Formats: sequence, C-alpha cells, structure tokens
Amino acid sequence: MTAYLLKRLAISLATLVLASIVVFAVLEILPGDPARLMLGMNASADQVELLRNQMGLNQPLLLRYLHWAGGLLSLDFGRSYTYSVPVIDLVRERLAVSLPLALIALALSTIIAIPVGLFSASRRGRAGDTISMGAAQLGVAVPNFWFALMLIYVFAVWLRLVPAGGFPGWSAGISPALKSLLLPAVALALPQAAILARVTRSALIEVLNEDYIRTARAKGLPYRTVLWRHALRNAMIPVLTILGLQFAFLLAGTIIIENVFYLPGLGRLVFQAITQRDLIVVESVVMLLVAAVIAVNLVVDLSYAVVDPRLRSRQ
Amino acid sequence: MTLHIDIPEETLSGILAKAFRNTAFVTGFVITVLILVMAVISYLWTPYDVTKLIIADKTQGPSLAHWFGTDHFGRDILSMIMVGARNSIAVALVAVGIGMGVGVPLGAFAAARGGLVDEALMRVNDLVFAFPALLSAIMITAIFGPGAVNAIIAIGIFNIPVFARVARAGALAIWPREFILAARAAGKSSTQISIEHVLPNIATLLLVQGTIQFALGILAEAGLSYLGLGAQPPMPSWGRMLFDAQTRMVVAPWMAIFPGMAIVITVLGLNLLGDGIADILDPKSRRQR
Repeated sequence: MTAYLLKRLAISLATLVLASIVVFAVLEILPGDPARLMLGMNASADQVELLRNQMGLNQPLLLRYLHWAGGLLSLDFGRSYTYSVPVIDLVRERLAVSLPLALIALALSTIIAIPVGLFSASRRGRAGDTISMGAAQLGVAVPNFWFALMLIYVFAVWLRLVPAGGFPGWSAGISPALKSLLLPAVALALPQAAILARVTRSALIEVLNEDYIRTARAKGLPYRTVLWRHALRNAMIPVLTILGLQFAFLLAGTIIIENVFYLPGLGRLVFQAITQRDLIVVESVVMLLVAAVIAVNLVVDLSYAVVDPRLRSRQ
Repeated sequence: MTLHIDIPEETLSGILAKAFRNTAFVTGFVITVLILVMAVISYLWTPYDVTKLIIADKTQGPSLAHWFGTDHFGRDILSMIMVGARNSIAVALVAVGIGMGVGVPLGAFAAARGGLVDEALMRVNDLVFAFPALLSAIMITAIFGPGAVNAIIAIGIFNIPVFARVARAGALAIWPREFILAARAAGKSSTQISIEHVLPNIATLLLVQGTIQFALGILAEAGLSYLGLGAQPPMPSWGRMLFDAQTRMVVAPWMAIFPGMAIVITVLGLNLLGDGIADILDPKSRRQR
C-alpha cells in the first residue's frame, strides 16, 4: 500500500514539474515581447530595454524558469499586465465563482447519474433501461454551451425565473449568487451526467454477472441491498476514474460556460488573458488548472484503495 | 505467410446480417450517411447563396421559403447548416487522422518494446492528459491565430494520446498469443509483426475509438468556433452560428435552435455508429447479450 501511494505521488509530482516546463517553454517561444506589449507601440527601444531589465526578461532562461517556478510554489504569481494587480488576487477573486460552479456541477451530475445507472442496470433490456440510456445517449451528444443557450431561452427569457447571465457577487447574498450559478451548473452537469450514467450502468452490469452477486442473492439478501451494498461498491472503480477525468472536463468546460453566462470566473479570466496576451495570468492559471487535475487524479487513485481493500494489502 | 487463427469464424455476410439487426448501428449509420450526403450536396447546391447578405430578409422565422429561418444578415439558416457541415466534418476527420497516424504507431511501438520505452511513453501520455484538452486547444488557436487549420492541429494533438493508449492496450493483449509466437519463430521483426499481425487484430478497437473521437472532434470544433477561434467568417460554421445567435435569443431563437440540433444529431449519429460497431464486432459484448 505505502509503495503504491509513494509511486503514485512520485508520478504526480514528476508530471507536475514536466507540465510546468512545457507551459514555460510554450509561452517562451511565443512571438511578442511582453515589455513592448505593456509599453505600447510608441515606446522607444531604450524604454523597452529598461523595462525588460526590470522584469528580469534579460536573465538566462534557466534562472527565469526557476524564479517563476519558485514563485508558483510560494503562491507569488507575479503581476498581471492588463489588470495591474497581483495575479494571486485575481485568481482568488475568480476562484470564488468557478470553484462553487464546478463543485455544484459535479454534485449535480453525480446525484443524477448514479441512480440512473443503478436503475438502468437493474432493469437491463427493459423499457426503463432503453429510455434512460436513450436519454443518456442524447445527453452525451449535446454541446454544453448550446444546452446553456436553450436553458437561458426557457428559464431566463420565457419564464424569467433566473437571470440570463452575470454574477452579483457573494456580497449580494448567498441566494442571488447561487441563483445566477444555477443555470450554468445545470448546463455543465447534464452532459457529464449522461456519460457517468452510461459508465455506471456498464460497470454495474459487469459486476452483476459475478458469482458473489448470485451468492448474496442465494443467501436471501434483498435485491436492493445486493445492488447498493455489493454491486455498486464493486462498480465504483470505473465510476471514480470517470469522475476524476470529468473534473478536468468541468474545469475546461467552465471556460465556455462562463463566457455564455458572462460569469467572472477563472475560465473567463484565462480566455481573456489569452486573447489579450497577458501571459503571466495565462501561465499561472494554466498551471493552477493542471495542478488541480493532477491532484484530483491522485485523490482518485488513492480512493481506489478505500473502495477496494485488496489494493490496500497488495504491495 | 499470414496466420489467421484470431480472425473470428464469422463470415462477412454473417457480420452484415448482424449489423442490420443492430438498431444502434443502423440508426447511426443512416444519420452519418445523411450528414455526409448533406455536406457533399452543399458543394453543388444549397437553397440560398450563403455568401450573399440580404438585409431586407434579416431574422425571419421559419417559413416555407426559409425552413429554418434567416440570420441577422438575411442568410438562410438551412443553407448555412449545410455548408457548415463541411467544416465540422473536415476538421474532426483530419484531427482523427492526425491522432491515429501518430498515436497508433506510438502505442504499438510501446507495446512491442515494453520496458523503459513503454514507461516513458505512458508518462508523456499522463502529461498530455493533465492538460484540460479544451484549455490547451484554446491556447494553441489563440497563440497561432484562429482558423480551421489551427483548430485541426489543436484537436488532433489531443487525439494522439487517446489512440496511443487504445493501441497500446489492444496490442498488449495480442502480443502473448500463440500466433505471434509463431510469427516470431518464423523470424519476423517486431515491426513486421506489429504491422502484419497486431494491427489487423486491433483494427476494430481503433475503428470504434475513431468514431468516438470523430464525434468529440465535432463538439470541440463547435466549441472553438463558438469562442471565435475556429473557422472564420464568411465561412459558415455551426459553432460560429451559435455565437451569432446568443445575443439575438429573444428576437430570433431559431438562429440557435437549428445549428445546435445539427451538432446534436451529427454527434448522436456518430456515437450510435461507434456503439453499434462495438456491439457487432466485440466478442465480449456478444457474450453479454
């Protein structure tokens, strides 16, 4: 178990370091001088040179990488060119929108998908299964931003139940803030729920064919107990894997969804930073997202051990 | 000399008969063919010229003259969907080609060599998977400039590790088989064995993954165009149409409804096709039935 943990941890750290090198290298080879970009077209060569020195752009590559990576570790991301504030402040402010959004979406998709998967697997081949899997097949095919537009049309334009976009801020109170996150979360969650429901169903069907399920039934356990206690637990590994992968999708999905709903989140921040060439913001946010994905996958790997006791004893 | 021990005993006509009984396959196949035909027809004929702006006809609702209505420039939505299909299909298809062309040899090579080569390749895979694909695609297209070609490259790059992983997993299951041993005994190199014996046996897996990635590519292309990073106007694209529709939802909801449905139907068709193929050819799912 400890060996397994250490190996996963080492791989995660190595991936993180490699990712930081890739991000740094890609943004390094980009055309465009950040100093010139900040000063504008009319700046003289001397002025640009002065600023380059101040920003440390003339230092050797390795030194700059180490400086940048060290900054990341101590949460000192540098200052944004366009907003003229420390990147960490921007990130903190935007995370207050994106993190609740992603978590609500993840919770919604799990709450929908697991019962649907259970229902479908237990009535395999019957009408209920066909209908719910047909719906899931449709859900997988729906682009979340189009679904978002349709939700806006129905719930914001027609029924006027929720705002069509924007975010009042948490200071305006929990309820209006949650209200404005509701549609975006549903739009993010539904396609993910469709995928998760399909995975849950097929994992359960595989497990339900096992001998120990027959044994559990034969010794008189009610079907419901067998399904929830024995089958679902054993089907959890593929489900957890997909949940981990979906977290990455949700993070990336917020880029588009936040643009649809004009939400001031991390996704919209990074999208605007990319188009405005605010590279410090881009590299910080991308590294943050990558670190989040790696961390979540590590947690998923570790949770296998919780779900499957065999992994705990195996060296 | 090739050994055919692994080829299922089924005949082609047997497989075809099974295919026609598979609802998912037939539905998916019909939808996919219809979309392809629609894209081909758009080269020869569309109800209206999509390059002509007729402001007098702007944002008209669906009617007999314009089945799906018109957009804010008076262009016919149906014609734009037909022309937009070309772009979606081309981008997704070439991206799948890039993914297969690079990923499959890499995965097959990793499986054939094993050891350090395999380990290194899998770590690179982990690295690529750590980047949310859409985020990186946005970065690539934003850095190298928006456009269909850069969208293809951006989506294609993220298809590579997917195919490498599938090819490797498939090949690893084939390598311990007896007919590989026989081919080795016959003095074939590992490259020859990979091409002549391993690849034909994992072709089904790759085909199924190919249709899935094709569908995902269409979704990704729509997302990129929606953000303004895919095909550029005046070339119609489904994602771009949705972007134009967004600010006009109140006056012209049909501008959003129909292009979105085109995406959903295309992706649905491809997914059904992939599921159908997997069902028909995968012995494991056969046993489950």
